[in-house]
Amino acid sequence: MNHKKSTRTKLVLYGILLVLCVPFVFPTWWMATSSLKPAADIFAFPPKLFPDDPSLSAYSRVFELQPFGQQYFNSMYIAIVVTLGTLAVASLAGYAFARIQFRGQNALFLVILTGLLIPSEVTIVPLFQMFHDWGMIDTHWPLVLVPVFGAPSVLATFIMRQFFIALPHEVEEAARMDGLGRFAIYWRIALPLARPALAAVAIFTFLHSWNLYLEPIVFLSTPEMFTLPQALTQYVDAYGGPMWNVQLAAASLTALPVLAVFVFAQRQFVEGLAHTGLK
Amino acid sequence: MKTHDRPRVPEAGPANDGARAGRSFWTSRRRDHLAGYLFIAPQLIGSVVFVLVPLILVVWYSFHEWNVLAGTFHGVGTDNYENLFDDPKLPGVLRATGYFSVGLVVLNLSLALALAVLLNQKLRGGVVFRTLFFSPVVVSLVAWTIVWGFLLQKNGGINAGLDLIGVDGPNWLRSEGTSMLSVIVVQCFKNVGLNMVLFLAALQGVPRELYEAATVDGAGRWRQFWRITVPLISPTILLTSIITVVGSLQVFAQIAVLTQGGPGGSTTVLVYYLYQQAFKFHHFGYGATLSVLLFLIVLVLTIVQWQMRKKWVFHES
Repeated sequence: MNHKKSTRTKLVLYGILLVLCVPFVFPTWWMATSSLKPAADIFAFPPKLFPDDPSLSAYSRVFELQPFGQQYFNSMYIAIVVTLGTLAVASLAGYAFARIQFRGQNALFLVILTGLLIPSEVTIVPLFQMFHDWGMIDTHWPLVLVPVFGAPSVLATFIMRQFFIALPHEVEEAARMDGLGRFAIYWRIALPLARPALAAVAIFTFLHSWNLYLEPIVFLSTPEMFTLPQALTQYVDAYGGPMWNVQLAAASLTALPVLAVFVFAQRQFVEGLAHTGLK
Repeated sequence: MKTHDRPRVPEAGPANDGARAGRSFWTSRRRDHLAGYLFIAPQLIGSVVFVLVPLILVVWYSFHEWNVLAGTFHGVGTDNYENLFDDPKLPGVLRATGYFSVGLVVLNLSLALALAVLLNQKLRGGVVFRTLFFSPVVVSLVAWTIVWGFLLQKNGGINAGLDLIGVDGPNWLRSEGTSMLSVIVVQCFKNVGLNMVLFLAALQGVPRELYEAATVDGAGRWRQFWRITVPLISPTILLTSIITVVGSLQVFAQIAVLTQGGPGGSTTVLVYYLYQQAFKFHHFGYGATLSVLLFLIVLVLTIVQWQMRKKWVFHES
């Protein structure tokens, strides 16, 4: 607000920011370093910020106790399929609602928008029954079909529509004059222009799928089918107590790849999501 | 959110008709209708199959009792709804849900706004701080929750830190007085970065001249914040509060990982209770009834917030 700040004001501001950072940064640091500590050191007092004698033994236990590689693959491929599927479904519908005039358009848009009002938790009981009838319990189908076609993709459709509405008409009209059909205009003109919106939708869809927890524990029952969030909570000892160093090692393996991508591409993440929320 | 004008679509002019002279039925307008339906078909069919039909079914199931294991399904009239009113646990569940929502919204929005105002001071290195505050958003939810569960134990990192300054910390997740507060704090730090970014974008849209004029008029910082900043970013405050309230009603993983609804039911929120009833105790009919209740709460809150926008959302024109 002021043009020039005194050095003292600046120091105070930096001090406040540094203190505020602690609860945001410390847990991730603690997770990564504790996963390298032997089980006995994990509750050492005073707490150690760095492990004395870093060891990867907890990481090998992660793979011995559960088919963790398989579970990692499950989460990864489900998130990728869901993201690509959502991009296709939402960009097609968003484009049509923004740029094509057809009968019943507004009514159909309202039908789809009801999905925004209905948290997926409300429909989990009937969805369980439906997938049970279709013989899809303990398969990955519910974790793919519902996000791609159901309520979670409605928000993506809405965002894509808002973006396509704002595109200038001239580009499209020129393409029409050149004899391009609707699909060609969508695929070759509109989609390449919509890259920022597609990126934002891809980011939040991927994160949503990667974090999904209620649905996997409702629909899946064999460890080989589990996704990561579900697998993380299975590292318990014979008494049901958590095996902390193993859980933290598995949690690090789950958290760090996405975090690394984020640090690398944080501008796209932050601005993409800010853009999405305001449009 | 702005409403936009419908795009101008050129009428099927002579040029277009001439190009398709041989196929009189498939006028450009008809082809457009067809293209529109084909483009929205996946989303429309998906919404019907995975949203609307389940919504109707959940109401239908709430009048039935259904045992998956025995394969029995029979109507029970309004029994499930009568159970709802007689359920001794429900008042506690609703109280916990309300406590969580109100606590999270207040903490999340005020922290998000404070962080955004701080970052809007255009300090060198601001982007680094923004990245750090935002980073938990991309850390896997259950991983984040597990670490906090570790830190919040009786002999965990938080209490070890408190011990250094001579404070004897409670068993955060195992005492009824602190369990819900702990869950709220864990959830707040996880996602506050998202609201912070939205506020930051809104703050950057506030014209500087307004502050300069106010300074000339002798208005202090605090007064400027309440009289200029807050009214001008009120649409964003409304948007983030809707997102945060609806999101807070869906909290599940954090509860399941941190407290399993305990101690003494103090963190059993509606979705967790619904999950327990339907998938732990196999009371699917009652689970469906609780789902209907959840839906009604979300619906009412959304309508109320939407109505409130007329009252306190400031528009420039």
